Amino acid sequence: MEKKIRVLVAKPGLDGHDRGAKVIARALRDAGFEVIYTGLRQTPEQIAEAALQEDVNVVAMSILSGAHPHLFPKVVNLLHEKGMKDVLIIGGGVIPEADIPALKEAGIAAVFTPGTNTSDVVDFIKNNVKM
Amino acid sequence: MSNEKIQAEKEKYEASVAKAIARFPERPHLPEQRLYTPLDIKGDDYAEEISFPGVFPYTRGVQPTMYRGRFWTMRMYAGFSTAEESNKRYRLLIENGATGLSCAFDLPTQIGYDSDDPISEGEVGKVGVAIDSLADMEKLFDQIDLGKVSTSMTINAPASVLLAMYIAVAEKQGVSPDQLKGTIQNDILKEYAARGTYIFPPRPSMRLITNIFEYCSKNVPKWNTISISGYHIREAGSTAAQEIAFTIADGIAYVEAAIKAGLNVDDFAGRLSFFWNAHNNVLEEVAKFRASRRIWAKIMRDRFHAEKPKSMMLRFHTQTAGSMLTAQQPDNNIVRVALQTAAAVMGGTQSLHTNSRDEALALPSEASVQIALRTQQIVAYESGLADVIDPLAGSYYVEAMTDRIEKEAMEYIKKIDEMGGAVAAIEKGYIQKEIQDSAYKWQMDVESGARTIVGVNKFQVEEEPPKGLLKVDASVGEKQVKKLHEMKAGRDNEAVKAALADLKKACEDENENLMPHILAAVKTYATLGEICNVMRGVFGEYEAHISL
Amino acid sequence: MEVAKELLAGNRLALSRAITAIENEYEEATDIMKELYPHTGHAYVLGITGPPGAGKSTLTEKIAKAYREQGKTVGIIAVDPTSPFTGGAILGDRIRMNSLTLDEGVFIRSMGTRGSLGGLSHKTADAVKALDAFGKDIIIVETVGVGQSEVDIVKAADTTIVVLIPGMGDDIQAIKAGILEIGDLFTVNKSDLDGADKLVREINMMLDLDSLMTDWRPPISKVIASQGEGIDLLLADVGKHRQYIEGNGELARRRTKRAKDELLDILGAGIERRIKTHISDRLNGYVEQMKKHETDPYTLVNGILAEMLK
Repeated sequence: MEKKIRVLVAKPGLDGHDRGAKVIARALRDAGFEVIYTGLRQTPEQIAEAALQEDVNVVAMSILSGAHPHLFPKVVNLLHEKGMKDVLIIGGGVIPEADIPALKEAGIAAVFTPGTNTSDVVDFIKNNVKM
Repeated sequence: MSNEKIQAEKEKYEASVAKAIARFPERPHLPEQRLYTPLDIKGDDYAEEISFPGVFPYTRGVQPTMYRGRFWTMRMYAGFSTAEESNKRYRLLIENGATGLSCAFDLPTQIGYDSDDPISEGEVGKVGVAIDSLADMEKLFDQIDLGKVSTSMTINAPASVLLAMYIAVAEKQGVSPDQLKGTIQNDILKEYAARGTYIFPPRPSMRLITNIFEYCSKNVPKWNTISISGYHIREAGSTAAQEIAFTIADGIAYVEAAIKAGLNVDDFAGRLSFFWNAHNNVLEEVAKFRASRRIWAKIMRDRFHAEKPKSMMLRFHTQTAGSMLTAQQPDNNIVRVALQTAAAVMGGTQSLHTNSRDEALALPSEASVQIALRTQQIVAYESGLADVIDPLAGSYYVEAMTDRIEKEAMEYIKKIDEMGGAVAAIEKGYIQKEIQDSAYKWQMDVESGARTIVGVNKFQVEEEPPKGLLKVDASVGEKQVKKLHEMKAGRDNEAVKAALADLKKACEDENENLMPHILAAVKTYATLGEICNVMRGVFGEYEAHISL
Repeated sequence: MEVAKELLAGNRLALSRAITAIENEYEEATDIMKELYPHTGHAYVLGITGPPGAGKSTLTEKIAKAYREQGKTVGIIAVDPTSPFTGGAILGDRIRMNSLTLDEGVFIRSMGTRGSLGGLSHKTADAVKALDAFGKDIIIVETVGVGQSEVDIVKAADTTIVVLIPGMGDDIQAIKAGILEIGDLFTVNKSDLDGADKLVREINMMLDLDSLMTDWRPPISKVIASQGEGIDLLLADVGKHRQYIEGNGELARRRTKRAKDELLDILGAGIERRIKTHISDRLNGYVEQMKKHETDPYTLVNGILAEMLK
C-alpha cells in the first residue's frame, strides 16, 4: 500500500496574491504530500468539485482580500453536500483574529495567519488528517 | 592615498580584525565584505556613472533640485467600501496635508466585473472602492477639484475604462482633459507575473496600453500613462535586483510595443513612470533606486535612441513593503515603515505611500493611516534625510552596491532579451519561477532562523488580539448592487447598446484607437462589466501560466 | 460505501474513491476491479505525451472541450512526476483545465508517478478502466514523455499523440530516441512561433528514417492550443487513425496484446507477492547461506519454485 496525503491548495475569490499559497504548496510537496494547485480566482463550486475529483484529504485555501467570511464557509458546505465529510479544511491569509471563531464554527479546522511557519501547517495536517 | 597604499592598508586592517571577528557568530545574508573602501568604486567614472542630479544618467536624481525644490508627493493609497465612503476618506486625507490621491479599487473593479456579477460575491468594496459606472466615479470625486489634485489610480487591465470615467467626471466639473494630472498603473505585464488581476491575453492588452499612450499624448498630456511596477514583483517575493530587472524588462516591452505601433519614443517616454517597493534593508534599497535610474537612462539613450532628457529619466512612486509588515506586535511596523521611508527618501522618490501598522491584520484604520502619513512628514521636516540631494552618493558601500545591483539586473535583462522579451519570458513562466524561487528561499530562511524577523521568529511575546481594526460593512455588496440596479433603470439603455456595439466594432479593428469609443460608452453610463465583457468577447481571456 | 456499485450507478465520489483505492493499492481495489471489469471496453483511449512545457495540458483541455461539443463524455488522467527526494509532487496540470471542472460530463484526476516503475502503468490502466466503467466515451491520459514508465502509460492508449513545440533545440534528439516510435500522430503546438515549419520538417525526416513504418504514416498537424487553433484538424486525424486501426484489425490486436500484458503483469505481481509472503521467515536464512557460499541463489530458487508449484 502506498498512501499519500493529497492536498488541494486553492485560492477562492478574486485576489491575485498567491505568494503564500505557492510557498505552502511547495512546502507541502517537500513534506512528501501530493499537492494539487488550482490557481487563482476559483469559485467555491470549482474548489469543491476539484476536491471531489481528486479525492483529496485536505483542502487548503488562502484569501487576502477579506472575502473569507463569505467564501470559506461556502466551500465547507459544498464539500459536505458532495459527501466529502472527512476532508480536513484549513484556511490562511490576512484574517483578523475576531473572524476566526466563526470560521471554526463553520468547519474550518484551522486558520493560519501571516507569520505562520510552513512546518506548523505540515504538522497540523499530519496530526489531523483522516485517512 | 594611492590605490596600492589603500590595498596594503586594507590588508593590514583585515589581518588585524580577523581574529576578533572569528569570535563572533556568523550572520547569514551579509554583504561580501565587512568594510568598503575607494578600491570598490575605482571603476566608476563620475560623469558616466554618477554625475549630477538632473543630468544623465540620473543616478543622483531626476530633478536638479530634488527635495530642495519641493518634497516628494505624500500620496496615501486609500479606498474601500462605496464611493461615498471613500470620498470621505479622500477629503480627510487632503485636510491632513496629503498632496495627492491614490485610489484603491475593489477586486471586481480591477478585474472588470460589475458588483452584481456572481463572481463578485464577497469581494465588493473589500480591498478598495467599488466602481461600476460613471455614476460611482462622480460620487468618488464629489467636491474634489480635479483641476487641482493629482490622482493615482491602481488599475491595470481595465485602466482605459477608469481613465475614461475620470476624464468624463472632470468634464462635468468643467475641467478639460489637458489639465488633468495623475497616473494610471496600467501595467499588465506584472499582473501576469506577480499580481494576478489580469483579464485579456497579452496581445490585446498591449494594444490597449499603446492606445492609451497615443490618446493621452494628444489629449491628456500631463497624465502619466503607465506606472511600470516592481512593487508587486517584490511583494511576491523577488530580490531587489530581480525587482528592478523584471520591471525594466517590462518597460522595454512597453516601449517596443509603442514604437511598433508607430509612436515616436520621445512623444511618450516622458510620461512613463515606475513604481518601486521600499523594503527593509535601507542601504540596499537606496542602491536599488539609484541603479534603476542609471539602467533606464542608459537603455533609453543607447537602445531606443531617445533624445529628450525627460525620456531617459526614471521617475518613480514608492510604497513601503506590505509583505514586511508583521501581524505579531503590529506597533513594530511603525518603525519598519519609518526605515523604509528613509530608504525611499534617500533614494530620491517622486512620491510615496507609507503603509499602516495594522495592514497585516486588516485594512488600515483612520488612526493608523494618520501615523503612516506623519511618518513621512517627520522624515521630511525633522530627520535631515531630505536636506541634501542624494546624501549617500560617494559612500563606498552604497556606490559599490549600486554597481552590483545594476550588473545583476542587466544580466537578467539580457537573459530575458534572449528569450524574446518580457512577454515571452512571462509566457514561458520564467519570471514567475524566478520570483517563486526567491519567495520560497526567503520563507525557508525565516523558518530556519537564517533570517530574523523581530517578533516573528525572535523576540516573540504573548499577545492580546489587537483592537480597533477596520471592518468593512458586510452590507456594502448589497448596497452597491442596489445602486447599480437603480442606475441601470434610470439610464438610456438604447444609447448604452449603441455605444457598446460601436465599441465591439472598434475592438475588432486592430488599427482603431479604443479610447474615444470607451469614453463614449462610459458617458452613456455603460457599466465597467458591460464594457469589459464586450472586450472579453473579442479579445478572449488570459490563462495563467503557473509553474511551481 | 459500496464503491463499485455506486460508481456504476454514476456516483462521482465513488469513482474518485475507486481511483484512490487503485492508486494506494488498497486491498479492496481488487474486488472493485473485478466488479468493474465487465463494464469496461467501451471508451476510446487517447494518450497525450511530449516534453515538459509543450502545452500538453492546454491541448488536453481543448481536445476535451471539442469532444464535449460533439456530445461525448470525457475522463482525463493527468500524470505528473513525483519528486524522488521527498516523495511529494505538485500536480499542476489541472490548473490549465479549470474551465472543465464544473462540466459534469468531464472528470479529471491528477496522479503522481510515485517512483514506482512498473506499478504506475498498471495503476493508470486500472484508473482508465474505472473511468471506462463509469461510462466515459473518451479517456485522455496525459503524461510527461520522459522515463520508460511514463512512455508505457501512453502505450496503453488506442491513439497516442506526441506534442512538440518549436525552439527546443537539441531536445528533438532526445525525443527521437525516446517517444518517436510511440506517436500515432504528431502535433506541433505554439505553431505561431518561429521554427514551427522547421520542426515539422525535422519530424518528417525522422519518420522517413523509421524502418518499421507500417502503411500508417503518422500525420503531423500544427496547433495553437492556447487559442484553440487547429484542434478540429487534430481531432480529424484522431478519427482517421481510429478508422484505420479499427478497419485493419490493429485496434483489436493492440487490445489483445494489452489484455495479455495485463494478465501476465497481474499474474507476475501476484506470484511475486505470494512467494515473498511464503518465504518471508526463511529469507534471512537463505541470504546467510549465500553469504557463506554454502549455496547459490539458483539452487535456492529452483527449490522454492518446486515447493510452491507442486
